[in-house]
Amino acid sequence: MTVIEAENISKKYIIDHKSGNVKGNTIREIVTDNFKNFFKKKVENEISHEDFWALKNVSFKINQGDRVGIIGSNGAGKSTMLKVLSRITEPSEGRITIKGRVASLLEVGTGFHPELSGRENIFLNGAILGMKRQEIKDHFDEIVDFAGVEKFLDTPVKRYSSGMYVRLGFAISAHLEPEILIVDEVLAVGDAEFQRKCLGKMKDASNSGRTILFVSHNLTAVQGLCNKAMYLQKGSLLEMGETNLVLANYLSNIQKTALESSWDNLENAPGNDKVRLKKIKLSPDYLDNLKHIDVRTSFKIQIEFWNMMENDNNLNVSLHLNALTGECIFNIGTPSISLKKGIISAECKIPANFMNDGSYAISLMIVKDKSTVVHNFEEVLIFEIEDYREETTWYGKWPGYVRPMIDFPINQLEY
Amino acid sequence: MQNTIIEAGRSEKHYWKDLWRFKELLVILALRDITVKYKQTFVGIAWAIFRPVLTVSVFVFAFDKVAKIENKSTIPLQVIIFTGVIFWNFFSISFQQVSNSITNNANLVSKVYFPRLLMPISSVAVPLLDFIVGFAVMIPFLIYKGFPPTINILFVPFFLILSFFASTSLGIIFASLNVQYRDFQQIAPLIVQYGFFVCPIAYPIASIQEKSWYPIYQWVNPLAGVIEGFRWCLIPNYQDFHWNTIIPSVIFISITTAASVIFFRKKEKSFVDYI
Repeated sequence: MTVIEAENISKKYIIDHKSGNVKGNTIREIVTDNFKNFFKKKVENEISHEDFWALKNVSFKINQGDRVGIIGSNGAGKSTMLKVLSRITEPSEGRITIKGRVASLLEVGTGFHPELSGRENIFLNGAILGMKRQEIKDHFDEIVDFAGVEKFLDTPVKRYSSGMYVRLGFAISAHLEPEILIVDEVLAVGDAEFQRKCLGKMKDASNSGRTILFVSHNLTAVQGLCNKAMYLQKGSLLEMGETNLVLANYLSNIQKTALESSWDNLENAPGNDKVRLKKIKLSPDYLDNLKHIDVRTSFKIQIEFWNMMENDNNLNVSLHLNALTGECIFNIGTPSISLKKGIISAECKIPANFMNDGSYAISLMIVKDKSTVVHNFEEVLIFEIEDYREETTWYGKWPGYVRPMIDFPINQLEY
Repeated sequence: MQNTIIEAGRSEKHYWKDLWRFKELLVILALRDITVKYKQTFVGIAWAIFRPVLTVSVFVFAFDKVAKIENKSTIPLQVIIFTGVIFWNFFSISFQQVSNSITNNANLVSKVYFPRLLMPISSVAVPLLDFIVGFAVMIPFLIYKGFPPTINILFVPFFLILSFFASTSLGIIFASLNVQYRDFQQIAPLIVQYGFFVCPIAYPIASIQEKSWYPIYQWVNPLAGVIEGFRWCLIPNYQDFHWNTIIPSVIFISITTAASVIFFRKKEKSFVDYI
């Protein structure tokens, strides 16, 4: 059964630009500007309007029980979409039909009043989210328990720590029982433990047949929680379908950070008068249908450089793979062999199921006689490895820089 | 199952039903305002007693003792002022609270849906409570001054409702405009300040009833009729009840109420874009 049907929804915002001299907006400036213009015939700072389409002709259908992840880069229109669906703002065009009670959770603790106590805020926030007083009463103990604020129920929330505040806010919304739940990036706040709790609660909600719309930048969470995904780009719906497929396309789009850098002539190639880099290329062995690197992808690193030193020299290439935070994950080197002037190549293969997800940078060093650095090419290539997990209920960041697949059996010895 | 259709420019069919469905939120928002107002105060709700008593004392000092306003009626000026101030406080505070109700709740407007009309309505709770407390203080004072209430006191709710609609309708228009132009935040206190002198609050209407411009005055100042009606309820042998003072008020207030609600509903969907 279709519970949400959107037909050609668009949302337009009008942005004002002041043409001519850039003028300020303070009262003083407005007054003086108008005063000047009063004497001049020609109005210099005319305000021009520009239409900005935050959403443009978006159509989709969502069935009951679907868990839809909405993904897209910043400014793609994700939040606007949620606002339109939760009736906070109306669309400029189009039509949406929704069957069932909607609760939207665009913020943790919406409407909390700092002066009011935890207890009072539970009722206030619950009512704001659309719960009946009786419903809140029924869940009151669970909410307090989930948030872990028993001791501070009668303390004004302005004295709460930010953690307590967020926990209380989420605890209330976790006990909402709408047919359709709309959630925006609420998981961005709070620690790993809290995020785990939130996602667990959302999973429970979806298991009981509720429809969920979920915006997040945590792609692992989207992958684990959602059966469908909606990919927005610049206000248009690019793709909607099965999560893994949509995610793969999204990732391959954003992973277009060049996996290859090459230089055709010596003049502009990086390096010095002894060696210059010609090419560095990362070639992944993509898993079927994928166009992005994730933890299961093995890849080759190919290097070519010009050697301009006249005599034969013993050279080797040393490769540093660094995390973007600066730590070196590993350093490998080729054998040192005697090489003539010309183009030299080197290649290595990084196995699958070895690197953890994250952003990495490759630095190269050309070393002479195993001791003298001829040139150090820093961060010549930056690439990303995406996360992939199966059958998991935990969506936090997997710790460590490597994630080797090591056989690790477990047995029951006694019982 | 509840069916919702969202469409550009579509006026919500279930608006009034929705408003009813959210009645609990109305109560809770009202309770919030009241609780917050007296949180962290030492005497708490007793401020609702001090405020009108102090105001009345100052006005009696200024208008009766210093300015010596000419009093053509037989009623002492203290009684006139007390009844006037209690009414005026309710009107002016509700008007100001309602005017700021949307901008004060900006965090709600941008994060959650509910019929926006709840915010202005719920913000009348604080002045209403103040009115009730002030009223309770006023009655013993009237008895002490030799004006025990008569059966007419039963009509107080009628005039209270009239002033509720008067302040709320004006406030709602201000609240909608205030979202986009904060200038209205500056104008509202001025209206309250000038209104105090334009309306017969610190002087009996008898002082102006004989003026040649009085018939126009009662049509352009709908509050005058309501204040007089209010005094008629409370002060025995005040004046005969004049239908011609109250009818212009009722007509005026009905029109502004209808207009303000239409205006508000038209504007409310764009609040979030401007707030």
